[in-house]
Amino acid sequence: MATKILIADDEPNIVISLEFLLKREGYEVIVAHDGAQALERIRSERPDMAILDVMMPRRNGFEVCQDLRQDPEFKDLRIMMLTAKGRDTEVSKGLALGADVYMTKPFATRELIAKVKALIERV
Amino acid sequence: MGSRAKLILAAAVGCAFLLAVLLATGAVIGAGLEGEEHALFSAVLERRLGAVLMVVLVACVFLFLILRATHEFLVLPAARAAEEASAMLEEPSTRLSCQGNSELLALIAAVNRLAEQRQLRDKDIEATIRAANVAAEADRNRFAVLMSELAQGVIVCNMDGRVLLYNRRARALFAGAAGQGMAALGLGRSIFGLFDRHLIAYALENINVRRGAHRHFVAVTESGRLLRVLVAPILEAGATVAKGEAPEAASGLSGYMTMIEDMTETFDSESMRDQLLQDLTESSRGPVGNLRAAAETLYDYNDMSAEDHQRFLTVVRDEAEGLATRVETAARTFAAVLKSRWPLEEMLGADLLTAARSRISDRCALEASIEDVDAGVWIKVDGFSMLQAMTYFAARLRDEYQIHEVKLRLSRDGAMAHIDLIWSGVFMSTETVMQWELDALTVAGESSPLTVRDIVERNGGEVWFQRDHASYRAFFRFLLPAISAQDAAVTAVGVALADSRPEFYDFDLFKGEETGLALDDRVLAQLAFTVFDTETTGLEPSAGDEIIQIGAVRIVNRRLLRHEAFEQLIDPRRSLPPQSTKIHGITAEMLAGQPPIAQVLPIFRAFVADTVLVAHNAAFDMRFLELKEAATGIRFDRPVLDTFLLSAVLFPNQETHRLEAIAERLGVSVMGRHTAVGDAIVTAEVFLKMLPLLADKGIRTLGQAREASEKTYHARITY
Repeated sequence: MATKILIADDEPNIVISLEFLLKREGYEVIVAHDGAQALERIRSERPDMAILDVMMPRRNGFEVCQDLRQDPEFKDLRIMMLTAKGRDTEVSKGLALGADVYMTKPFATRELIAKVKALIERV
Repeated sequence: MGSRAKLILAAAVGCAFLLAVLLATGAVIGAGLEGEEHALFSAVLERRLGAVLMVVLVACVFLFLILRATHEFLVLPAARAAEEASAMLEEPSTRLSCQGNSELLALIAAVNRLAEQRQLRDKDIEATIRAANVAAEADRNRFAVLMSELAQGVIVCNMDGRVLLYNRRARALFAGAAGQGMAALGLGRSIFGLFDRHLIAYALENINVRRGAHRHFVAVTESGRLLRVLVAPILEAGATVAKGEAPEAASGLSGYMTMIEDMTETFDSESMRDQLLQDLTESSRGPVGNLRAAAETLYDYNDMSAEDHQRFLTVVRDEAEGLATRVETAARTFAAVLKSRWPLEEMLGADLLTAARSRISDRCALEASIEDVDAGVWIKVDGFSMLQAMTYFAARLRDEYQIHEVKLRLSRDGAMAHIDLIWSGVFMSTETVMQWELDALTVAGESSPLTVRDIVERNGGEVWFQRDHASYRAFFRFLLPAISAQDAAVTAVGVALADSRPEFYDFDLFKGEETGLALDDRVLAQLAFTVFDTETTGLEPSAGDEIIQIGAVRIVNRRLLRHEAFEQLIDPRRSLPPQSTKIHGITAEMLAGQPPIAQVLPIFRAFVADTVLVAHNAAFDMRFLELKEAATGIRFDRPVLDTFLLSAVLFPNQETHRLEAIAERLGVSVMGRHTAVGDAIVTAEVFLKMLPLLADKGIRTLGQAREASEKTYHARITY
């Protein structure tokens, strides 16, 4: 079964690229356009990994991450957070709330793919 | 006993003594004589008695003459010297006259030398005092200038938080904070009316007395201004805190100073810059991220389908376009911020023209003259850059069109001023000269990255080229913001205030108040008073008459603070009887648009807070206030003194206690009567003159004054 990755971002222009890249790497991709939808789809479709943008309508990336980490069911879910704010304080906050990797926009696509692969292959 | 009586007494005593000696001699000779010796003695005595008595008489006369001479030569000069000496005590410039015997003369000379010394010493002391006073006055003036010129607000308080000093800037910062026509800031008022008590208490607690350090806090005024406040301790005179002593917050402090900076504008422009910076960095991350991901994907996966390819190209185009717009907007906003930081100064337009004329003549070697100047025009510009712009234009006119004479003209057009640089004879195309304003400035080797257009924009103005065919002249017109006449008036008022040197400080308040005493037991002279007066539509508050004006001044520490006045017209919400206008001169038009009483009373109550109220015939004014209590919920429960009743206490036999009559009796000049503030000032001056007279009658405390007032017949009048 192919590894399933959820992309949650309200900006379609980044979703286009992420979706294309991940599919080309052979992953199955599902998309959510806000935080609440992301939580729903994660609960119903059980992806292996979630890529969450911080700034999203309804529930932001931090809230989604925190919710997931409080549920033992999702302790193995890999979480990557993306943000447009490059502040160190935010990186610390994301990692403290349970994100595995934190990436700041604009990122290099190759680096993103490398990080996704590393996370998926983590035992 | 007079000296003459002493002389007569001495003479009488001398004569009696001579007589007694004679009798004693006779008795000694006669005693023990027997028989014929006795008879012989008696016969001799009988025969020579007349001669003996004569000798005695002559001896008495000689004695008297000797005594009188002694008296005149020794006693009288000493007595006269004593009288002159006592006169000298009154008038130090007189001296003892030199007469009498040599011993007395020596004494008189010594006394005169002493007097001389004393007079010299007095003169020295006087001169020293005068010099000290002059120095103190000079210090005071320097201090007043320093305080009023400071860009920061300064407020000094004693430990009770009572204001001892404030400067003009502090007053401006808080003016209107508590309402129109009054300020929350005043001598003797509490600083906690301006700042939260906790902010100050916290700052004071954390001040390390030993190091004389200070603390900052940030506060917001009622009108929404953002203030940065520095609190610094003021040590007691002579108080030094020994090393190693525990730095207790209150020990050795007599008060503290707060220095206040208005950060509102700085903060606004800084937060705008922050916002811009954020726009350009953080907010660009998303779009740049989208762009980068799309571009890299396009580059790395050139085998993608045509449809995918198209989608990525669209992303690249849209994001690039969005970014371009963002950068453009940010640049424009940043320019606006920069412009707002350009330091514009207010100057007389004529001064700028004079400077421009000499600069153009010097730098461009052409004839410049001033044609026409409206001398009353003030402008707000950066003078130097404007001079650069004008000189640059003049230089190009000379270089490119051989123009050797320019004229300058200044006029006003509404909110703007026109400055024209005029020449005649040569016309050039509009396109040519409009290009000049876009070229970087270079005049006589000096160059600048700015263009005339930049300069004009930063000065908030415009510039254009215009022709006047009728007179064969052309000119560049600079349109610059003028300052309104109103602003100029404000400046003038500021200057007038500086001249009259308002007294914004009273260091006697440092001592603090006698706390723990009931208000009634406190000495009148140490209380703070609000002296007020009202103008009304009529004399019957119960029959619907209303207050139309309240005026008040404050007395703190026996000083009338004219600059801390309250003056407010009030819309009575009823008709104004024409006969009342004759008294107070207030017309219905003046009252239109004024606030109603319900809005004014809360502000007035804040103004009178913590003071004793004083009014002339206070029962009348208080009745109006009382009648409003039910409707407004504002209660005036501060103690009240009435100069009308106090006059009855002081002058029980006078027929009238009208304000004019009392003022005349006490030597107070009456000016501006029948405006509320005018009457309040007269009442306050009368009240101040009454205080020592009351003290003479043993009336010193508030309680005593109230009691004495109540006992007068007039206290029974009610309204």
